[in-house]
Amino acid sequence: MFDADTLAVIFIALMGLSVILYAVLDGYDLGVGILLPLDHDQHSDRMVASIGPFWDANETWLVLAVGLLLIAFPTAHSLVFRELYMPTAILLISLVLRGVAFDFRAKAPFSHKPTWNRVFKIGSLLAALSQGYMLGMYVMGFEDSWTAVAFSILSALGVAAAYSFIGACWLVMKAEGELQKKAIIWAKNSIGICMAGTIAVSLVNPWINPDVYERWLSWPNVLWLAPLPALCMALFIVNYLFLKKLPQDNDRGCWVPFVSAVVIFLLCFFGLGVSFFPYIVPGQLTIWDAAAAPESLTIILWGAIIVVPVIICYTAFAYRVFWGKVDDLKYY
Amino acid sequence: MLEETLMLSRIQFAANVSFHILFPSITIALSWFLVVFKIRYNQTGDPVWMRAYRFWVKIFALTFAVGVVSGITMSFQFGTNWPGFMETVGNIAGPLLGYEVLTAFFLEAGFLGIMLFGMNRVSNRVHTASTVIVAVGTALSAFWILALNSWMQTPQGFEMRDGVAHATDWAEIIFNPSFPYRLTHMLLASALTATFLIAGISAYRLLKGDDKRAPKLTLKVALFIAAVLAPVQALVGDFHGLNTLHHQPQKIAAMEGIWETDTQVPLLLFAVPDEETRQNHFEIGLPGIASFILTHDFNGELKGLNDFEGNHPPVAPVFYAFRVMVGIGVLMLAIAWLGSLQLVRKGSVSPLILKGLVVMSFSGWVATLAGWYVTEIGRQPWLVTGVLTTQQAATDIAPGNVALSLAMYSILYVVLLGAYLHTLFVMARRAVEIEEIQPEEVKQAGAYTSKSEVNGGQNYV
Repeated sequence: MFDADTLAVIFIALMGLSVILYAVLDGYDLGVGILLPLDHDQHSDRMVASIGPFWDANETWLVLAVGLLLIAFPTAHSLVFRELYMPTAILLISLVLRGVAFDFRAKAPFSHKPTWNRVFKIGSLLAALSQGYMLGMYVMGFEDSWTAVAFSILSALGVAAAYSFIGACWLVMKAEGELQKKAIIWAKNSIGICMAGTIAVSLVNPWINPDVYERWLSWPNVLWLAPLPALCMALFIVNYLFLKKLPQDNDRGCWVPFVSAVVIFLLCFFGLGVSFFPYIVPGQLTIWDAAAAPESLTIILWGAIIVVPVIICYTAFAYRVFWGKVDDLKYY
Repeated sequence: MLEETLMLSRIQFAANVSFHILFPSITIALSWFLVVFKIRYNQTGDPVWMRAYRFWVKIFALTFAVGVVSGITMSFQFGTNWPGFMETVGNIAGPLLGYEVLTAFFLEAGFLGIMLFGMNRVSNRVHTASTVIVAVGTALSAFWILALNSWMQTPQGFEMRDGVAHATDWAEIIFNPSFPYRLTHMLLASALTATFLIAGISAYRLLKGDDKRAPKLTLKVALFIAAVLAPVQALVGDFHGLNTLHHQPQKIAAMEGIWETDTQVPLLLFAVPDEETRQNHFEIGLPGIASFILTHDFNGELKGLNDFEGNHPPVAPVFYAFRVMVGIGVLMLAIAWLGSLQLVRKGSVSPLILKGLVVMSFSGWVATLAGWYVTEIGRQPWLVTGVLTTQQAATDIAPGNVALSLAMYSILYVVLLGAYLHTLFVMARRAVEIEEIQPEEVKQAGAYTSKSEVNGGQNYV
C-alpha cells in the first residue's frame, strides 16, 4: 500500500501525536502532583481527585510513544535508551512511585497518608525533571560534554515548570473557591519560569546546532517559521494578563488558561519537530535509516488506522463523563 | 559481550517481569469477578453484591495501578538491556506488542476511570458495560503478550533474511503451537490466583469477627470456583506438558531431571540435580510414571539431557520450580475441595480451613511465578528458540550502570510489595468495622426492583 519511505513518515507522525498527547495529558497530571500542597489535606484530596479518572490513560500514551519507537524505529529505540540509561531508570522509578502513591495515599493506614503524599509529589517532580533532562540530552545529540549537561539541566527545570504551569491551569478549570484561587497564583508564578525556559531553549538550540540555525533563520524559512515563536510568546503574555483577571463572575473563562497552555505545548512541540525532522536521533539517524521492515509497519498501520480514532472517541467520552468541577473522589 | 552485563541484565529483567506479573495475574481474573458481582447485583438488586463489588473494586484499583506502572518499565527494558531482541525479531515482536498497547492498554485505562469513579455520573448500564470492557481489555492484553511469548518458545510463520526475522504468515505467528496451551494455562492460573486471594482475604475478615454477608458470600463463590478450576488446571497443565515434549523436549528433560535418554522413566518426587556430574542425588521417584504421563506408555522412551548437551537449560532451577508449581497446585486443590465440602455439608467453613486459606492468600503468586520460571528458564540458552540466544540479544553498556539500576529497582520492589500486602490487610480490617448495609444502598436496591418504568431506564446509582 505504502512504500517504506512513506511508512516512516506516517509512523513518525503517529509517534509525534502520541508524544504530544502524552506531554499535554500526563503533563497536567504530573504538574498537579508537583503542586500538591503537603499542609492542606482537603486541597490535596481535591487535586488528586481531579486527575483520578484520567492519569492511567494519560500514561498509556507514553507506552504507545515508546512502543512506536520500539516497533517502528528499533535502532533508534536502542540507541536513545542506551544513551539515556540512568535518566530512564530514574524516570521509570519516579513514575512507579507516583503511580502507586496515588492509590496508597487513599488506602494505606491513615497515619501513612502524609508519607504517600510526599512520595506522590517527589515522584511527580522527579519524573518531570528526568523527562526534561532526557529531552535536553536528545536535543544535544547525546553529546558527552558539560555544555550538554548544563543545557539538559536547564531543560529539566523548563519541563518541570511547564508541567506545573499546565497542571495549575488544569486546576483553574477544574477547581472552585479557595483551591481555584491558589491555582491561579500557581499558574501566574509558573508561567514566567515557563516562558523564560522556552526562550532559553529556543535561543540555545540554534546557537549550538548549526543545522537548526540554518533551518530556522535561512531565507525564506524564516518567513513562514517566524510566526511560530511569535504566537507562542503572545500566548504567554495574553495568558498571564488573563490570569490576573481570574476568577470572574460565574467562573467565566476558567478554561481559557488551560486551552492556551495546550496550544503553547503544541507550538513548542511543533518547533522541536521543525528543528529536527527528518532526524529521529539529532545529527545521527534519520527516520528512514531507522525504520523497521515495511510489511510489519503496514500490519500495525492498519490496526492503528482503525483503533486510534476509537481510542480518541472513548477518551473524549471519559472526559465528558467527568466534565465540570471536581468533587470528592468516591469509588461509586 | 560483557558477562557481568549479561547476567545483571538477566537478573534485572527477571526482577522486573516477576514483580510485574504478580499484579496482572490478579487483575486478569479479578476483573471478571467484578463483572459477576455487578451483574448479580443488577439481576437481584441485593445490596450484598454491591458491597462485594465495592470492596473488591478498590483492591482491583490498587493492584491495577501497581501493574500498570511496573509494566511501563518493561517497554523501556527491551531497548535499554536487550537491543539484539528488537534488531533480530522486532518485525514480529513489534506488531504483537503494538496491538497489545492499541487494543488492550487503552481500552483498560480508558474505561477504568468510569468503572472506578463514574458510578454516579453514568447510567447503570454504561457502568456495567465499562466493567465488562475493562475485563475484556485485561484478557486481550494477556492474549497478545502470550502470543508473543509463545512465539518466542515455538516460533513459526517467518523467514530469516540477512539475519533478521521477517513475518510471512501472521495467523501462524499468533496461533503458534504452544500458544493455545500457554494462554489457557495462564488464564486459569490468574483465575486461581484471584480465587485464592478473594478466599484468603474473605477468610481473614471472618476470622477477625466480621459477621456480614459479603465476606461469606465472596468466600463461597471463590471456593466453589477454585474447586472446579484447580483440577481443570491440572489437566490443562498436562496437555501443555505434552505440547512442550513435542516442541521443546530439552525443557521436559530438565523439568523431570532426565539426564540419559531412557524408557520406563520414573516420576521424581524429589531429587538434587547435579550439573557437574550430570546425574541426580537423593532420588525419590515412582518407577515408570513419567514415561506413562508423557507417552501414555510405561515403556515409553523419553529423551534425556544427554541428547542436548551444551544446548539445554540449567537443570536445577527448572526442576525445582516445576515441583514448587505442582506442589502448590495440589495444595490448592486439596484446600478448595475440603472447604467446598464443608460449605456444602454444614454451610460454613471451619476456622482451621479459614486459617489455611489466609496462609494461602498469595499461593497463586508462588505457583504462577514458579510456572513462569519453568517455561522461561527452560527456554535457555535461547531467547527465541533456534533463532536468537539470550547472550546475542544483550546490551553492551557498562555493568556498573546495570548494577545500579538493578539495586534501585530491587529496593523499590521490596518496599512496594511490603506496602501492597500490608495495605490489603489494612483494607480488610477496615471493612470489618463498617456497617452491614448503608441506608442509601437499600434505597438504590429499591430503585432497581421498581426499574425502568418509573425513571425510563435512567438508573443512576
